[in-house]
Amino acid sequence: MIRNTILATALSLAGLCGEALAQDTTHIRIATEGAYAPWNYTLPDGTLAGYEIDLAQELCKRMKAQCEIVAQNWDGMLPALNAGKFDAIIASMGVTPERAEVAAFSDPYSTAPNAFLALKGSGLAEALPWHDKFDLRDKAAGSKEIVGKLDAALKGKVLGIQGSTTAGKFVDAYLKDAVTVRSYKTQDEANLDLVAGRIDLTMANITVLAETLKRPDMAVAELVGPTFVLASGTSVALRKSDTALKDKFNAAIHDVNADGFNKALTERWFGVDISVKN
Amino acid sequence: MDIPFLYETLLKLLTGVPLTLQLASSSVGLGAILAVMLALARLSGLRLLIWPASFYVFIFRSTPLLVQIFLIYHGLGQFHAVRASFLWPILREPYWCALIALTLNTAAYACEIVRGALLSVPPGQIEAARACGMSPFTLYRRIVFPLALRHALPGYGNEFILMIKSTALASIITLMEVTGLAAELISESFRAIEILIVAAATYLFINFTITRLVLWAEYTLSADLRPPPVTQRQGGSL
Repeated sequence: MIRNTILATALSLAGLCGEALAQDTTHIRIATEGAYAPWNYTLPDGTLAGYEIDLAQELCKRMKAQCEIVAQNWDGMLPALNAGKFDAIIASMGVTPERAEVAAFSDPYSTAPNAFLALKGSGLAEALPWHDKFDLRDKAAGSKEIVGKLDAALKGKVLGIQGSTTAGKFVDAYLKDAVTVRSYKTQDEANLDLVAGRIDLTMANITVLAETLKRPDMAVAELVGPTFVLASGTSVALRKSDTALKDKFNAAIHDVNADGFNKALTERWFGVDISVKN
Repeated sequence: MDIPFLYETLLKLLTGVPLTLQLASSSVGLGAILAVMLALARLSGLRLLIWPASFYVFIFRSTPLLVQIFLIYHGLGQFHAVRASFLWPILREPYWCALIALTLNTAAYACEIVRGALLSVPPGQIEAARACGMSPFTLYRRIVFPLALRHALPGYGNEFILMIKSTALASIITLMEVTGLAAELISESFRAIEILIVAAATYLFINFTITRLVLWAEYTLSADLRPPPVTQRQGGSL
Protein backbone atom coordinates (compact mmCIF):
# COMPACT_ATOMS: atom_id res chain seq x y z
CA MET A 1 0.00 0.00 0.00
CA ILE A 2 2.67 2.44 1.13
CA ARG A 3 4.83 1.31 -1.70
CA ASN A 4 2.04 2.04 -4.14
CA THR A 5 1.56 5.51 -2.72
CA ILE A 6 5.27 6.24 -3.02
CA LEU A 7 5.28 4.92 -6.55
CA ALA A 8 2.27 7.01 -7.47
CA THR A 9 3.82 10.11 -5.94
CA ALA A 10 7.09 9.49 -7.70
CA LEU A 11 5.33 9.00 -10.99
CA SER A 12 3.22 12.10 -10.65
CA LEU A 13 6.28 14.11 -9.60
CA ALA A 14 8.19 12.79 -12.58
CA GLY A 15 5.25 13.69 -14.76
CA LEU A 16 5.11 17.19 -13.30
CA CYS A 17 8.82 17.72 -13.80
CA GLY A 18 8.73 16.50 -17.35
CA GLU A 19 5.88 18.85 -18.05
CA ALA A 20 7.65 21.74 -16.36
CA LEU A 21 10.74 21.07 -18.44
CA ALA A 22 9.03 20.89 -21.77
CA GLN A 23 5.78 22.81 -21.65
CA ASP A 24 5.40 25.43 -18.98
CA THR A 25 6.54 28.75 -20.39
CA THR A 26 4.89 30.91 -17.75
CA HIS A 27 7.23 29.88 -14.93
CA ILE A 28 10.84 30.28 -15.96
CA ARG A 29 13.95 29.76 -13.88
CA ILE A 30 16.78 31.85 -15.28
CA ALA A 31 20.42 31.32 -14.34
CA THR A 32 23.05 34.03 -14.36
CA GLU A 33 26.62 34.14 -13.06
CA GLY A 34 26.34 37.04 -10.65
CA ALA A 35 30.06 37.84 -10.98
CA TYR A 36 30.40 39.69 -14.27
CA ALA A 37 29.69 43.33 -13.56
CA PRO A 38 28.03 45.28 -15.01
CA TRP A 39 26.28 42.52 -16.96
CA ASN A 40 25.27 40.57 -13.89
CA TYR A 41 26.66 40.85 -10.39
CA THR A 42 25.80 40.28 -6.78
CA LEU A 43 25.16 43.19 -4.44
CA PRO A 44 26.64 43.10 -0.92
CA ASP A 45 23.23 42.03 0.43
CA GLY A 46 23.17 39.03 -1.90
CA THR A 47 20.62 40.24 -4.44
CA LEU A 48 21.44 40.17 -8.13
CA ALA A 49 21.82 43.33 -10.19
CA GLY A 50 23.09 44.40 -13.57
CA TYR A 51 22.11 44.94 -17.17
CA GLU A 52 21.06 41.34 -17.71
CA ILE A 53 18.98 41.24 -14.54
CA ASP A 54 17.04 44.30 -15.70
CA LEU A 55 16.77 42.85 -19.20
CA ALA A 56 15.60 39.46 -17.95
CA GLN A 57 12.89 41.07 -15.85
CA GLU A 58 11.69 43.14 -18.80
CA LEU A 59 11.72 40.10 -21.11
CA CYS A 60 9.69 38.15 -18.57
CA LYS A 61 7.19 40.99 -18.29
CA ARG A 62 6.76 41.02 -22.05
CA MET A 63 6.48 37.22 -22.16
CA LYS A 64 3.89 37.45 -19.38
CA ALA A 65 5.93 34.91 -17.43
CA GLN A 66 6.88 34.59 -13.79
CA CYS A 67 10.64 34.43 -13.55
CA GLU A 68 13.05 33.45 -10.86
CA ILE A 69 16.64 34.52 -11.40
CA VAL A 70 19.32 32.43 -9.67
CA ALA A 71 23.10 32.79 -9.48
CA GLN A 72 25.09 29.84 -10.76
CA ASN A 73 28.77 29.06 -11.29
CA TRP A 74 29.88 29.87 -14.82
CA ASP A 75 31.54 26.47 -15.01
CA GLY A 76 29.00 23.78 -15.63
CA MET A 77 26.17 26.17 -16.47
CA LEU A 78 25.28 24.47 -19.74
CA PRO A 79 25.28 20.92 -18.31
CA ALA A 80 23.07 22.16 -15.45
CA LEU A 81 20.67 23.70 -17.99
CA ASN A 82 20.35 20.37 -19.76
CA ALA A 83 19.97 18.61 -16.41
CA GLY A 84 16.87 20.74 -15.83
CA LYS A 85 18.15 22.79 -12.88
CA PHE A 86 16.87 25.92 -14.63
CA ASP A 87 15.27 26.76 -17.96
CA ALA A 88 17.35 29.57 -19.42
CA ILE A 89 20.80 31.18 -19.10
CA ILE A 90 21.17 34.92 -19.37
CA ALA A 91 24.83 35.38 -18.50
CA SER A 92 26.57 37.28 -21.27
CA MET A 93 26.95 34.05 -23.19
CA GLY A 94 28.08 34.29 -26.80
CA VAL A 95 27.14 31.62 -29.30
CA THR A 96 30.05 29.38 -30.29
CA PRO A 97 29.85 26.17 -32.35
CA GLU A 98 30.66 24.07 -29.24
CA ARG A 99 27.92 25.67 -27.19
CA ALA A 100 25.44 25.47 -30.06
CA GLU A 101 26.00 21.72 -30.07
CA VAL A 102 24.61 21.27 -26.56
CA ALA A 103 22.06 24.08 -26.27
CA ALA A 104 19.72 26.24 -28.31
CA PHE A 105 20.30 29.98 -28.44
CA SER A 106 17.86 32.84 -28.88
CA ASP A 107 18.57 35.72 -31.22
CA PRO A 108 21.27 37.98 -29.74
CA TYR A 109 20.29 40.88 -27.48
CA SER A 110 23.61 42.66 -27.40
CA THR A 111 27.03 42.60 -28.96
CA ALA A 112 30.27 43.74 -27.35
CA PRO A 113 33.87 43.00 -28.36
CA ASN A 114 36.65 41.52 -26.22
CA ALA A 115 39.63 43.64 -25.24
CA PHE A 116 43.00 43.35 -23.50
CA LEU A 117 43.78 44.80 -20.09
CA ALA A 118 47.37 45.37 -18.94
CA LEU A 119 49.24 47.36 -16.30
CA LYS A 120 50.17 50.94 -17.07
CA GLY A 121 53.86 51.27 -17.80
CA SER A 122 54.19 47.60 -18.73
CA GLY A 123 55.09 48.58 -22.28
CA LEU A 124 52.20 46.57 -23.69
CA ALA A 125 50.33 49.69 -24.83
CA GLU A 126 53.34 50.48 -27.02
CA ALA A 127 53.76 46.87 -28.07
CA LEU A 128 50.18 46.70 -29.34
CA PRO A 129 49.78 49.93 -31.33
CA TRP A 130 46.56 48.85 -33.06
CA HIS A 131 43.24 50.14 -31.84
CA ASP A 132 40.70 48.91 -34.36
CA LYS A 133 37.83 46.55 -33.84
CA PHE A 134 38.34 43.30 -35.70
CA ASP A 135 35.58 40.88 -36.46
CA LEU A 136 37.17 37.46 -36.54
CA ARG A 137 34.02 35.86 -37.88
CA ASP A 138 34.54 37.45 -41.29
CA LYS A 139 37.33 35.95 -43.28
CA ALA A 140 38.83 39.31 -44.29
CA ALA A 141 42.59 39.28 -44.57
CA GLY A 142 42.99 42.15 -42.09
CA SER A 143 41.65 40.08 -39.22
CA LYS A 144 44.04 37.21 -39.86
CA GLU A 145 46.94 39.59 -40.25
CA ILE A 146 46.34 41.25 -36.89
CA VAL A 147 46.43 37.90 -35.15
CA GLY A 148 49.89 37.25 -36.60
CA LYS A 149 51.10 40.63 -35.36
CA LEU A 150 49.63 40.01 -31.90
CA ASP A 151 51.37 36.68 -31.75
CA ALA A 152 54.76 38.30 -32.31
CA ALA A 153 54.12 41.19 -29.91
CA LEU A 154 52.96 39.00 -27.04
CA LYS A 155 55.67 36.37 -27.26
CA GLY A 156 56.58 35.08 -23.78
CA LYS A 157 53.87 37.01 -21.92
CA VAL A 158 51.55 35.45 -19.37
CA LEU A 159 47.90 35.95 -20.24
CA GLY A 160 45.03 35.29 -17.84
CA ILE A 161 41.52 34.47 -18.96
CA GLN A 162 38.34 33.21 -17.37
CA GLY A 163 37.95 29.55 -18.32
CA SER A 164 35.44 28.58 -21.03
CA THR A 165 34.76 32.11 -22.28
CA THR A 166 34.92 33.34 -25.87
CA ALA A 167 38.10 35.20 -24.89
CA GLY A 168 39.55 31.89 -23.71
CA LYS A 169 38.62 30.27 -27.02
CA PHE A 170 40.28 33.11 -28.90
CA VAL A 171 43.50 32.79 -26.91
CA ASP A 172 43.43 29.04 -27.37
CA ALA A 173 42.95 29.32 -31.11
CA TYR A 174 45.35 32.14 -31.95
CA LEU A 175 47.82 32.93 -29.17
CA LYS A 176 48.48 29.57 -27.52
CA ASP A 177 51.98 29.19 -28.94
CA ALA A 178 53.07 32.74 -28.07
CA VAL A 179 51.78 33.24 -24.52
CA THR A 180 51.51 31.22 -21.33
CA VAL A 181 47.81 30.90 -20.55
CA ARG A 182 46.44 30.90 -17.00
CA SER A 183 42.83 29.93 -16.67
CA TYR A 184 40.73 31.41 -13.83
CA LYS A 185 37.30 30.59 -12.45
CA THR A 186 36.19 34.22 -12.45
CA GLN A 187 37.39 37.37 -14.21
CA ASP A 188 37.88 39.03 -10.81
CA GLU A 189 40.63 36.56 -9.92
CA ALA A 190 42.40 37.28 -13.19
CA ASN A 191 42.15 41.02 -12.45
CA LEU A 192 43.61 40.48 -8.96
CA ASP A 193 46.57 38.62 -10.43
CA LEU A 194 47.07 41.32 -13.05
CA VAL A 195 47.41 43.94 -10.31
CA ALA A 196 49.60 41.58 -8.27
CA GLY A 197 51.89 41.21 -11.28
CA ARG A 198 51.43 37.47 -11.74
CA ILE A 199 50.08 37.88 -15.25
CA ASP A 200 50.99 40.46 -17.90
CA LEU A 201 47.56 40.91 -19.40
CA THR A 202 44.04 39.59 -19.43
CA MET A 203 41.35 39.46 -22.09
CA ALA A 204 37.62 39.82 -21.51
CA ASN A 205 34.49 41.58 -22.68
CA ILE A 206 35.34 45.29 -23.03
CA THR A 207 32.30 46.40 -21.03
CA VAL A 208 33.37 44.26 -18.08
CA LEU A 209 36.93 45.56 -18.22
CA ALA A 210 35.70 49.14 -18.44
CA GLU A 211 33.62 48.57 -15.31
CA THR A 212 36.58 46.98 -13.54
CA LEU A 213 38.71 50.02 -14.30
CA LYS A 214 36.36 52.18 -12.22
CA ARG A 215 37.56 50.48 -9.04
CA PRO A 216 40.32 52.40 -7.21
CA ASP A 217 42.64 49.39 -6.96
CA MET A 218 42.47 48.92 -10.72
CA ALA A 219 43.72 52.44 -11.45
CA VAL A 220 47.11 50.92 -12.30
CA ALA A 221 45.61 49.09 -15.30
CA GLU A 222 44.52 50.24 -18.75
CA LEU A 223 42.95 48.86 -21.90
CA VAL A 224 45.54 48.14 -24.59
CA GLY A 225 45.58 47.02 -28.20
CA PRO A 226 42.81 46.08 -30.59
CA THR A 227 39.39 44.69 -29.77
CA PHE A 228 37.85 41.57 -31.23
CA VAL A 229 34.32 40.54 -32.01
CA LEU A 230 34.38 36.80 -31.42
CA ALA A 231 30.77 35.69 -31.37
CA SER A 232 27.59 36.84 -33.06
CA GLY A 233 26.48 38.50 -29.82
CA THR A 234 25.16 37.44 -26.46
CA SER A 235 22.05 35.29 -26.43
CA VAL A 236 19.75 33.47 -24.09
CA ALA A 237 20.75 29.80 -23.84
CA LEU A 238 17.92 27.28 -23.72
CA ARG A 239 17.42 23.54 -23.90
CA LYS A 240 17.12 22.35 -27.48
CA SER A 241 13.78 20.74 -26.71
CA ASP A 242 12.18 23.98 -25.46
CA THR A 243 11.29 25.43 -28.84
CA ALA A 244 8.18 27.20 -27.57
CA LEU A 245 10.22 29.02 -24.94
CA LYS A 246 12.81 29.99 -27.54
CA ASP A 247 10.11 31.51 -29.74
CA LYS A 248 8.78 33.49 -26.79
CA PHE A 249 12.25 34.79 -25.90
CA ASN A 250 12.93 35.70 -29.54
CA ALA A 251 9.68 37.65 -29.77
CA ALA A 252 10.45 39.52 -26.54
CA ILE A 253 14.04 40.27 -27.58
CA HIS A 254 12.90 41.64 -30.94
CA ASP A 255 10.36 43.70 -29.05
CA VAL A 256 12.88 45.33 -26.65
CA ASN A 257 15.26 45.99 -29.53
CA ALA A 258 12.51 47.50 -31.69
CA ASP A 259 11.04 49.97 -29.22
CA GLY A 260 14.41 51.28 -27.97
CA PHE A 261 14.13 49.79 -24.48
CA ASN A 262 17.30 47.74 -24.93
CA LYS A 263 19.18 50.71 -26.41
CA ALA A 264 18.32 52.85 -23.39
CA LEU A 265 19.16 50.02 -21.00
CA THR A 266 22.60 49.29 -22.51
CA GLU A 267 23.37 53.00 -22.55
CA ARG A 268 22.44 53.23 -18.91
CA TRP A 269 24.60 50.28 -17.87
CA PHE A 270 27.55 50.52 -20.28
CA GLY A 271 27.58 54.14 -21.42
CA VAL A 272 27.34 52.93 -25.03
CA ASP A 273 24.61 51.40 -27.13
CA ILE A 274 25.45 47.73 -27.63
CA SER A 275 21.91 46.61 -28.35
CA VAL A 276 21.21 44.64 -31.51
CA LYS A 277 19.57 46.39 -34.45
CA ASN A 278 16.73 44.29 -35.82
CA MET B 1 29.67 4.41 -23.65
CA ASP B 2 31.91 6.37 -25.93
CA ILE B 3 35.13 4.42 -25.47
CA PRO B 4 37.28 6.49 -27.89
CA PHE B 5 36.25 9.68 -26.07
CA LEU B 6 37.06 8.15 -22.67
CA TYR B 7 40.43 7.00 -23.98
CA GLU B 8 41.18 10.43 -25.41
CA THR B 9 40.18 12.05 -22.10
CA LEU B 10 42.40 9.64 -20.18
CA LEU B 11 45.40 10.50 -22.37
CA LYS B 12 44.82 14.22 -21.74
CA LEU B 13 44.34 13.79 -17.99
CA LEU B 14 47.47 11.64 -17.70
CA THR B 15 49.53 14.69 -18.71
CA GLY B 16 48.44 16.20 -15.39
CA VAL B 17 49.56 13.22 -13.31
CA PRO B 18 53.23 14.29 -13.02
CA LEU B 19 52.17 17.63 -11.51
CA THR B 20 49.75 15.93 -9.12
CA LEU B 21 52.42 13.47 -7.98
CA GLN B 22 55.05 16.18 -7.75
CA LEU B 23 52.84 18.41 -5.59
CA ALA B 24 51.79 15.53 -3.33
CA SER B 25 55.21 13.92 -2.85
CA SER B 26 57.06 17.21 -2.38
CA SER B 27 54.55 18.47 0.15
CA VAL B 28 54.47 15.17 2.05
CA GLY B 29 58.28 14.97 2.03
CA LEU B 30 58.84 18.54 3.21
CA GLY B 31 55.85 18.29 5.53
CA ALA B 32 57.33 15.19 7.19
CA ILE B 33 60.51 17.06 8.12
CA LEU B 34 58.47 19.92 9.53
CA ALA B 35 56.16 17.45 11.29
CA VAL B 36 59.02 15.68 13.10
CA MET B 37 60.37 19.04 14.29
CA LEU B 38 56.91 20.10 15.46
CA ALA B 39 56.29 16.79 17.22
CA LEU B 40 59.64 16.96 19.01
CA ALA B 41 58.81 20.54 20.01
CA ARG B 42 55.46 19.44 21.40
CA LEU B 43 57.11 16.64 23.39
CA SER B 44 60.09 18.72 24.50
CA GLY B 45 58.53 19.71 27.83
CA LEU B 46 59.58 23.32 27.20
CA ARG B 47 56.65 25.73 27.15
CA LEU B 48 58.52 28.04 24.82
CA LEU B 49 58.47 25.25 22.21
CA ILE B 50 55.18 23.54 23.10
CA TRP B 51 52.96 26.60 22.76
CA PRO B 52 54.04 27.80 19.29
CA ALA B 53 53.93 24.22 17.95
CA SER B 54 50.49 23.56 19.45
CA PHE B 55 49.23 26.87 18.11
CA TYR B 56 50.54 26.06 14.63
CA VAL B 57 48.82 22.66 14.63
CA PHE B 58 45.60 24.22 15.92
CA ILE B 59 45.55 26.89 13.20
CA PHE B 60 46.35 24.65 10.24
CA ARG B 61 44.11 21.77 11.28
CA SER B 62 41.15 23.99 12.07
CA THR B 63 40.95 26.02 8.87
CA PRO B 64 40.06 24.69 5.40
CA LEU B 65 42.96 23.96 3.06
CA LEU B 66 41.09 25.88 0.37
CA VAL B 67 41.12 29.00 2.53
CA GLN B 68 44.82 28.49 3.28
CA ILE B 69 45.59 28.26 -0.44
CA PHE B 70 43.57 31.40 -1.16
CA LEU B 71 45.23 33.29 1.71
CA ILE B 72 48.72 32.41 0.54
CA TYR B 73 48.00 33.01 -3.14
CA HIS B 74 45.62 35.98 -3.22
CA GLY B 75 46.04 37.23 0.35
CA LEU B 76 49.80 37.69 0.41
CA GLY B 77 49.79 39.06 -3.14
CA GLN B 78 47.68 42.00 -1.99
CA PHE B 79 50.42 43.50 0.18
CA HIS B 80 52.80 45.77 -1.55
CA ALA B 81 55.48 44.90 1.01
CA VAL B 82 55.26 41.23 0.01
CA ARG B 83 55.37 42.08 -3.68
CA ALA B 84 58.45 44.19 -3.15
CA SER B 85 60.22 41.61 -1.00
CA PHE B 86 62.70 38.90 -1.95
CA LEU B 87 59.92 36.33 -1.43
CA TRP B 88 57.91 37.56 -4.38
CA PRO B 89 59.72 35.53 -7.07
CA ILE B 90 58.49 32.45 -5.14
CA LEU B 91 55.05 33.67 -4.05
CA ARG B 92 54.40 35.02 -7.54
CA GLU B 93 54.22 31.50 -8.91
CA PRO B 94 51.02 29.51 -8.35
CA TYR B 95 53.09 26.30 -8.12
CA TRP B 96 55.08 27.47 -5.12
CA CYS B 97 52.02 28.92 -3.41
CA ALA B 98 50.24 25.58 -3.74
CA LEU B 99 53.28 23.66 -2.53
CA ILE B 100 53.70 25.94 0.51
CA ALA B 101 50.03 25.66 1.45
CA LEU B 102 49.98 21.87 1.04
CA THR B 103 53.22 21.46 3.01
CA LEU B 104 52.12 23.65 5.92
CA ASN B 105 48.78 21.87 6.02
CA THR B 106 50.08 18.31 5.94
CA ALA B 107 52.77 19.14 8.52
CA ALA B 108 50.07 20.00 11.05
CA TYR B 109 48.27 16.68 10.63
CA ALA B 110 51.48 14.66 10.37
CA CYS B 111 52.80 16.31 13.56
CA GLU B 112 49.99 14.62 15.46
CA ILE B 113 50.66 11.27 13.76
CA VAL B 114 54.34 11.49 14.66
CA ARG B 115 53.60 12.67 18.20
CA GLY B 116 51.24 9.75 18.76
CA ALA B 117 53.77 7.33 17.33
CA LEU B 118 56.56 8.67 19.54
CA LEU B 119 54.32 8.40 22.60
CA SER B 120 53.45 4.82 21.74
CA VAL B 121 57.04 3.62 22.10
CA PRO B 122 56.90 1.42 25.23
CA PRO B 123 58.69 3.03 28.19
CA GLY B 124 60.33 -0.33 28.94
CA GLN B 125 62.21 -0.21 25.65
CA ILE B 126 63.50 3.27 26.42
CA GLU B 127 64.53 2.31 29.94
CA ALA B 128 66.30 -0.80 28.64
CA ALA B 129 68.20 1.31 26.12
CA ARG B 130 69.18 3.79 28.81
CA ALA B 131 70.31 0.91 31.01
CA CYS B 132 72.55 -0.22 28.16
CA GLY B 133 74.17 3.20 28.33
CA MET B 134 72.86 4.67 25.06
CA SER B 135 73.22 8.42 24.60
CA PRO B 136 69.94 10.30 23.92
CA PHE B 137 70.85 10.62 20.23
CA THR B 138 71.62 6.92 19.86
CA LEU B 139 68.46 6.12 21.81
CA TYR B 140 66.36 8.07 19.34
CA ARG B 141 68.19 6.75 16.29
CA ARG B 142 68.21 3.08 17.25
CA ILE B 143 65.13 2.59 19.44
CA VAL B 144 62.56 5.41 19.39
CA PHE B 145 62.44 6.39 15.71
CA PRO B 146 62.42 2.86 14.25
CA LEU B 147 59.58 1.84 16.60
CA ALA B 148 57.67 5.08 16.08
CA LEU B 149 58.00 4.76 12.31
CA ARG B 150 56.14 1.45 12.37
CA HIS B 151 53.37 2.94 14.47
CA ALA B 152 53.15 6.01 12.26
CA LEU B 153 52.99 4.20 8.91
CA PRO B 154 49.27 3.33 8.72
CA GLY B 155 48.30 6.86 9.73
CA TYR B 156 50.88 8.37 7.42
CA GLY B 157 49.59 6.27 4.54
CA ASN B 158 46.22 7.89 5.14
CA GLU B 159 47.80 11.31 5.09
CA PHE B 160 49.61 10.63 1.80
CA ILE B 161 46.34 9.55 0.18
CA LEU B 162 44.59 12.64 1.52
CA MET B 163 47.35 14.81 0.09
CA ILE B 164 47.03 13.21 -3.36
CA LYS B 165 43.38 14.23 -3.31
CA SER B 166 44.11 17.64 -1.80
CA THR B 167 46.24 18.57 -4.82
CA ALA B 168 42.95 18.85 -6.71
CA LEU B 169 42.46 22.17 -4.90
CA ALA B 170 45.55 23.56 -6.64
CA SER B 171 43.46 23.82 -9.80
CA ILE B 172 41.70 26.88 -8.40
CA ILE B 173 44.94 28.84 -8.50
CA THR B 174 45.33 28.00 -12.19
CA LEU B 175 47.52 24.90 -11.84
CA MET B 176 46.71 22.37 -14.52
CA GLU B 177 46.93 19.11 -12.61
CA VAL B 178 44.44 16.27 -13.14
CA THR B 179 41.40 18.16 -11.80
CA GLY B 180 42.38 21.40 -13.52
CA LEU B 181 42.68 19.59 -16.84
CA ALA B 182 39.35 17.84 -16.23
CA ALA B 183 37.63 21.19 -15.59
CA GLU B 184 39.12 22.56 -18.79
CA LEU B 185 37.99 19.54 -20.81
CA ILE B 186 34.49 19.85 -19.37
CA SER B 187 34.30 23.49 -20.38
CA GLU B 188 35.31 22.52 -23.90
CA SER B 189 32.99 19.57 -24.42
CA PHE B 190 30.35 19.95 -21.65
CA ARG B 191 30.57 16.20 -21.07
CA ALA B 192 30.97 16.42 -17.32
CA ILE B 193 30.09 12.86 -16.29
CA GLU B 194 32.47 10.99 -18.58
CA ILE B 195 35.39 13.31 -17.85
CA LEU B 196 34.88 13.33 -14.09
CA ILE B 197 34.65 9.53 -14.05
CA VAL B 198 37.97 9.29 -15.87
CA ALA B 199 39.47 11.84 -13.46
CA ALA B 200 38.17 9.85 -10.47
CA ALA B 201 39.61 6.65 -11.94
CA THR B 202 42.97 8.35 -12.36
CA TYR B 203 43.07 9.27 -8.66
CA LEU B 204 41.84 5.80 -7.77
CA PHE B 205 44.71 4.21 -9.64
CA ILE B 206 47.30 6.53 -8.08
CA ASN B 207 45.98 5.85 -4.59
CA PHE B 208 45.73 2.11 -5.22
CA THR B 209 49.45 2.11 -6.01
CA ILE B 210 50.22 4.16 -2.92
CA THR B 211 48.24 1.90 -0.56
CA ARG B 212 50.16 -1.10 -1.97
CA LEU B 213 53.47 0.71 -1.39
CA VAL B 214 52.52 1.58 2.18
CA LEU B 215 51.46 -2.03 2.85
CA TRP B 216 54.75 -3.25 1.44
CA ALA B 217 56.66 -0.80 3.65
CA GLU B 218 54.70 -1.96 6.69
CA TYR B 219 55.49 -5.58 5.87
CA THR B 220 59.19 -4.88 5.39
CA LEU B 221 59.50 -2.89 8.61
CA SER B 222 57.75 -5.39 10.84
CA ALA B 223 60.01 -8.40 10.36
CA ASP B 224 60.00 -9.01 14.11
CA LEU B 225 56.24 -9.60 14.14
CA ARG B 226 56.36 -12.33 11.51
CA PRO B 227 57.11 -15.96 12.35
CA PRO B 228 60.70 -16.76 11.50
CA PRO B 229 61.20 -18.33 8.09
CA VAL B 230 61.36 -22.12 8.19
CA THR B 231 64.89 -23.15 7.38
CA GLN B 232 65.67 -26.47 5.82
CA ARG B 233 67.02 -28.77 8.47
CA GLN B 234 70.44 -30.01 7.59
CA GLY B 235 70.45 -33.75 7.22
CA GLY B 236 71.64 -35.79 10.21
CA SER B 237 72.32 -33.02 12.66
CA LEU B 238 70.09 -32.82 15.73
